[in-house]
Amino acid sequence: MKTIKILSLLAFAGTTFMACSSDDDAPEVINEEETITTMTISLVPDGGGTTITLQSQDLDGDGPNAPEITVSGNLAASTTYSGSVVLLNETESPAENITEEVEEEDEEHQFFYVTTGSIESVTYDDEDDDGNPVGLEFTLVTGAAGDATLAATLRHEPKKPNDGTLADAGGETDFTETFMLTVE
Amino acid sequence: MSGQVIDYHNKTPLEGATLFIFQNKLESRTDAKGNFSIENLCPGSYTLEVSHPECRTILMDIQVDGDTKIDVKLEHHLEELDEVKVVGNILRDKTNSAQEETLTLNTLENYSAGNLGDALKELGGVSTLNTGANIVKPAIHGLNGSRVLVLNDGVRMQDMEWGAEHAPTIDINSAGSVSVIKGASALQYGGDAIGGVIVAEQARIPSKDTLYGKTILNGVSNGRGGNIVSELTKAYASGWFVKAQGSYKIMGDHEAPDYVLSNTGVREIAASLQLGKHTFTWGWDARYSYFNTEIAILRASHIGNVDDLIRSINSGEPGVIRPFTHNLQNPRQDVTHHLGKLKFYKRFEGLGKLNLQYDFQSNRRFEYDIRRGERDNTPSIDLELTTHTLSTDFKWDTKDDLNILVGLMGRYQDNFANPDTGVRRLIPDYEKVDFGSFLIGEYRVSNQFLVDVGLRYDYNRVNAQKYYQTSRWEERGYDDEFQDFIVEDLGTQLLVNPVLDFHNVSATIGGKYVTSNRSTIKFNYALAQRGPNPSELFSDGLHHSAARIELGDLRNDSETSHKVTTTFEKDFSNWGILVEPYANWVQNFIVLEPTGVEYTVRGAFPVWEYRQTDARLLGIDFSAYSYWTEQWTTNHKFSLVKGQDVENETPLINMPAANLRNSITFSRPKWNGFEASLESQYVFRQNEAPENITVFSPEQQEDVVLEINTPPAAYHLLGFRSKIEFPISDRTKLTTSLTINNLLNTSYRDYLNRQRLFADDLGRNFILQLKLNY
Repeated sequence: MKTIKILSLLAFAGTTFMACSSDDDAPEVINEEETITTMTISLVPDGGGTTITLQSQDLDGDGPNAPEITVSGNLAASTTYSGSVVLLNETESPAENITEEVEEEDEEHQFFYVTTGSIESVTYDDEDDDGNPVGLEFTLVTGAAGDATLAATLRHEPKKPNDGTLADAGGETDFTETFMLTVE
Repeated sequence: MSGQVIDYHNKTPLEGATLFIFQNKLESRTDAKGNFSIENLCPGSYTLEVSHPECRTILMDIQVDGDTKIDVKLEHHLEELDEVKVVGNILRDKTNSAQEETLTLNTLENYSAGNLGDALKELGGVSTLNTGANIVKPAIHGLNGSRVLVLNDGVRMQDMEWGAEHAPTIDINSAGSVSVIKGASALQYGGDAIGGVIVAEQARIPSKDTLYGKTILNGVSNGRGGNIVSELTKAYASGWFVKAQGSYKIMGDHEAPDYVLSNTGVREIAASLQLGKHTFTWGWDARYSYFNTEIAILRASHIGNVDDLIRSINSGEPGVIRPFTHNLQNPRQDVTHHLGKLKFYKRFEGLGKLNLQYDFQSNRRFEYDIRRGERDNTPSIDLELTTHTLSTDFKWDTKDDLNILVGLMGRYQDNFANPDTGVRRLIPDYEKVDFGSFLIGEYRVSNQFLVDVGLRYDYNRVNAQKYYQTSRWEERGYDDEFQDFIVEDLGTQLLVNPVLDFHNVSATIGGKYVTSNRSTIKFNYALAQRGPNPSELFSDGLHHSAARIELGDLRNDSETSHKVTTTFEKDFSNWGILVEPYANWVQNFIVLEPTGVEYTVRGAFPVWEYRQTDARLLGIDFSAYSYWTEQWTTNHKFSLVKGQDVENETPLINMPAANLRNSITFSRPKWNGFEASLESQYVFRQNEAPENITVFSPEQQEDVVLEINTPPAAYHLLGFRSKIEFPISDRTKLTTSLTINNLLNTSYRDYLNRQRLFADDLGRNFILQLKLNY
């Protein structure tokens, strides 16, 4: 009698075994929602002139291809530019605007601009609800003609407020790129 | 009344067996042919006791009606003999000639509030690869992960052991003993144990009418939490039994000597129910166990890119230190393991014992990351691994000097990676089929010399469905070799269906020689082959916790290991030593190591690739004990292993540093079982590690050395433990114990803790334990 019970349990187990056998459906494809593929910085000279755009685009995200960097032209010397940043996820179509996500969570985000060479200053033009800078809007002032670099870094969950340096802010880097510029 | 007493297994007559009738105290002995007779018995029913010096005594009810003839079968057994011979060792070794060591229930209970890995470190040659204090992966002779099998009550755990931050999903409180076999010699468990096998077993339940249980309560100062464990067993003389067990653990942030390790709390719930009937000739049991753990991962170890990593390494202090909390926040893991087992056995007279087992396992893993948007409660990793195994073995033990064990195993496994994460899968959907068969023989040449041989064959088939980024597929060079795996081209991604077969052969041969003056010499050779795990084949993506891109390789093939071990053991009247040297040569050893850098919009990331090379591991474990007086005992242990990539002549990564443990114990059973011990543990600096890599830092605009492989300094820790028992009644006993870890509150970092780059290890910790046996 007991043996029969055991055998029936085993048979039951066997049935479960069969029932679980494969479904050959292809798995669903995943297009990463959080990836930022493209950062475009527009620099509009105050008082008119050519708008300069700086772009870093990496369509394969964390894949092996490095980001492609384009700079539309040279900056003018001793000029004040109004800067703005747009972030896109172009793995989705239509491309998703990530700038909006950053704006919604501006207390948790901040752009940092580090310059060398012929850039006089970069100052923040926007702030979050706590009155701390975000950096989606900024003002850039160029100096005398020469070479310059502009490194733009978006940090997630930085210490806020901070002293404006990456080292003090901490957090994680969501996007970072260094642009080689010429001021003429 | 007359009859014959014979051996159950091989039917040989037993001489010198005593027969005793309770009712009228009549006694008789068997002659050389096992025959006996008892005269002048009145008809009626009697209770007969049959005993033999080398057999288990049995009681039987008999009916006497005139001239009665009965045959008595006694279990005359080698196994049982060994149990008795080895004084103080009630647990029989799993293998004849391999290096193996066992943790008893007492030791396991000391670690009741910790992890299995912590307890296993007490054994020579066992180290752990940690991610903080809660994720503890055991490593045997320097090897971990898929090279170490974990057997939980006869079931091989299938719990995604491939990841460095995946700990075994097993509750230390559910085991009655844990044995470690340091090599692949126990072929019945699997042929791929290039590191070794960990065998967690249940305590034996007696066949008598009884009800017993225990409850353990631990209070832990570091983490400001504790746990409770309770179990109850009901057994009957008929062989029926039922056992229930449960535990709950809660711990907040742990603390290093100088700061809080923010987000390092843990919650753990485990329960099991076991029931069945065990008799000598047949039996069955069923067991279900549940294990759930939620582990918070050090906040400071979650970083963005290579510059963030450089900053963390250079600062010497975690980037995030918050006030203490019991809350678990992201990043965290939530892992659930269900295990169901059904086992049946039957002994056949004069033949042997047959086992038949089915087990089911379900392992669900969620990993929560720090994410943008409303995604904090959406896991970044959501994997569900389901495994069914059917196995059977037969032990042929009719001959006194020869035992043969043969077995078959079939396994089906399914991994499902949930697409709802919105993050590309690190491990793809796959199905895996395993088939294994083995033959093991043990031959007793003389009473002092035993030899063993074994052979095993395993077949694995992995059938995966994976999306590759087209750019990755081409970068790997798969477009030349594996183009026919492609099922669908979606432009930027490719759906591929790799079907990979592996044939693995393992074998072992060894001998054990016990001299008359209490010395044991063992020699063992094991050949083992292991097919690559899913991570080594398919891994492809960014690991935030490690700030690295990990890449598997479809071309990875089976590893082949040749391991030679020897054991010299000698016991003198009040001291003894054990020396265990070993050598392990592994062809096609799969290593994960940094090979270069890739640039993404988040910055630069070091790329870690799984590649194959030839490796050599040489090591020695040494231990000694001495009874100085009746009260004072000392124990000494030393372990050393050297791992070398012989192809490139470089050291292997993550090899444990040499370590030395010395302890002194005072025990006085008369004072309520009082015991106190002081332990010193010295961990040397690992002087042999791979070289650091140089990466370009976008932040600093120059090449910098990433000190990712630099081992931390040597350290010394002191520990204290004391214990005292209070009998409450006949069957009730309260045991209290106090343990202090890191007594001097030393700041240190361990080479094998993956969080060593970000924070110090744990500071002083008091553990107060109350144990009630009833």
